[in-house]
Amino acid sequence: MTEPPLEVAIHATPLLDRHRALGARMTTFSGWEMPLQYRGILEEHRAVRERAGLFDLSHMGELFVEGPDAGEALSAALVSEPPRLAVGRAQYSMICAPNGGILDDLIVYRLAEERFLVVANAGNTPLVSDLLAQRIAPHRAILDDRSLAMALCAIQGPRSIEIVAPLANLDVASIHYYGIAEGVVAGIPALVARTGYTGEDGFEIFVETARAGELWDALWSAGRAHGLAAVGLGARDTLRLEAGMPLYGNDLDPGVNPFEANLGRVVRLDKPIDFVGREALRRIAENGPARLLVGLTMTGRGIARHGYPVFAGERATGVVTSGTLSPTLGRAIAMAYVAPGEAEPGTIVAVEIRAARVAAEVVPLPFYRRPR
Amino acid sequence: MVPQDLRYTRDHEWVRLAGDLATVGVTKFAADQLGDIVFVELPAVGASVAAFATFGVVESVKAVSDLFSPLSGVVTEVNPALAGQPELVNSDPYGEGWMVRLKVADSAQLADLLDPAAYDQLIAEV
Repeated sequence: MTEPPLEVAIHATPLLDRHRALGARMTTFSGWEMPLQYRGILEEHRAVRERAGLFDLSHMGELFVEGPDAGEALSAALVSEPPRLAVGRAQYSMICAPNGGILDDLIVYRLAEERFLVVANAGNTPLVSDLLAQRIAPHRAILDDRSLAMALCAIQGPRSIEIVAPLANLDVASIHYYGIAEGVVAGIPALVARTGYTGEDGFEIFVETARAGELWDALWSAGRAHGLAAVGLGARDTLRLEAGMPLYGNDLDPGVNPFEANLGRVVRLDKPIDFVGREALRRIAENGPARLLVGLTMTGRGIARHGYPVFAGERATGVVTSGTLSPTLGRAIAMAYVAPGEAEPGTIVAVEIRAARVAAEVVPLPFYRRPR
Repeated sequence: MVPQDLRYTRDHEWVRLAGDLATVGVTKFAADQLGDIVFVELPAVGASVAAFATFGVVESVKAVSDLFSPLSGVVTEVNPALAGQPELVNSDPYGEGWMVRLKVADSAQLADLLDPAAYDQLIAEV
C-alpha cells in the first residue's frame, strides 16, 4: 500500500463536528477539510441513486454580483449570457482566459433583476473572485464575495423532494430544474436551488454559515424516515462521473477550452457584449477543436484513471481525465480527451494501464440517466 | 489486536508461513483505509516476487495502491475469487480475502517483518 499525498487544510467546514459524530473519514480538498466518506463510497452512491443523500458543500464559493448592470457585467466576464436568464433561473457557465482556456466552471443564478449569484469551485474561488471584480469594474455592478459567510448543503436523490418540502415555507416542487427561490427552510432564511452534481433530482440549499448546523440537523432528522445517507466527496465524484459532468482540476483546466470539453453550447459568441476570450473562442469554433472530451467504457479488464494515456492502434491519441468503477453500471468508466477522429461513439481505443494496453470503447455521455 | 499468528510489512501486508508455503494478503487496517475495494490485480502463477517489491495492485473506488510482497518466492496460487468478488478483501481480509500463495526461498526473511505487537503499534501511530 502507498500513502496518499498530503495537502494542508486552510478552512474547516462549519459542520466538522457533525461529520465526526457520523464517523466520517475527512480529507483535504482545495484547502478545505471535508468529509471523504462515511459508511463507504459504494453505499453512499447507491443511497443517492435509490433514495437520497445529504452533502456538505460548504467549500463552494458564493459570489454575489449586484447593480443596475449586473447582468451585462457578468456577460462581459463569462462565456454565457446571464442577462437572458429569467429571475429565478440558473445557467451553467464558465470563466475563461483571453486565450479561451477554462479558469473555472460555474453556476449563475438570477436572484432578482439586478442581483446574481455565481457559484464557483472551492479551489478556484479566490481567482474567480479577483477576476470577476476586475472584469465587472467598468460596469455599474459590485461583487460581494460571501464564500466564507455562506454554507451550502445539497440533498440529492429521488426522495429529496419529500424530505425538503415539509421543512420549507415555499412550494419547492414548483421550483424548476435549474431554478432558484428565496425562502425559509427549517426556520432558516435560505436560497433553495434545484441544481446538483449527481444526475438526480435534488436541491442545493444556501444559508448563512452560522446556521449551517441547524440546517444540516433539520435535513438529517427529516430524512431518516426516507433512508437519507450522509454522502462524502468520494461518492460525489462517482455520481458526477456517471452523470457525465466534468470536474474542474480533473477534466477541465486552463489548458482546455470549452469546445474541447464539449461545452461549446454554453459559449454565446454572438451575444451583444464583448467578453473575455471571445476572439480566441471564435477562432476555435471556426477551426474546430484539436481534441474532444469523450466517455469511455472499458471493455478489457482494468480501471482507467486520471493521467493514463489513450491509444488508437499504435498512435497516442489522448489522455484519461477521470475514471472509476461505476457503482451503478458495475463496469469501469472514464472520461478522456482524444483526437477528433477518435471521438465518435463506437470507436475502439486502448488505455495504457500499468504498461498494458486495455481495450475501451468511446460511448455517448452521460453514462447514467435517471429514470423519469 | 491483529491476528497473532501472522507477520506484517510496514506497507500493511500480512503473511502466514506454513513450512515453505506463504499466504499473503492486506491487513484489515489497510482494507478499511482503502475503502470499497473494486479491483485486484495479481501476478501469474509461476511468477517470481522479491521481498518488499510490488507484486500487484489493489484499487478502491477512489485510488490505486501497490501491493508489496513480505517475502521472496514463486507464486504457486492466486485467489481466484478476487477477480469476481474483490470486496472479499474488505469483508474478510485475513481469510477469504487472501491474495497469493508463495513457495518461499528463504524463510529467514521472516525476521525482517513486523511481529503482531510491532504492527499493532505501527497502526496505532497512524
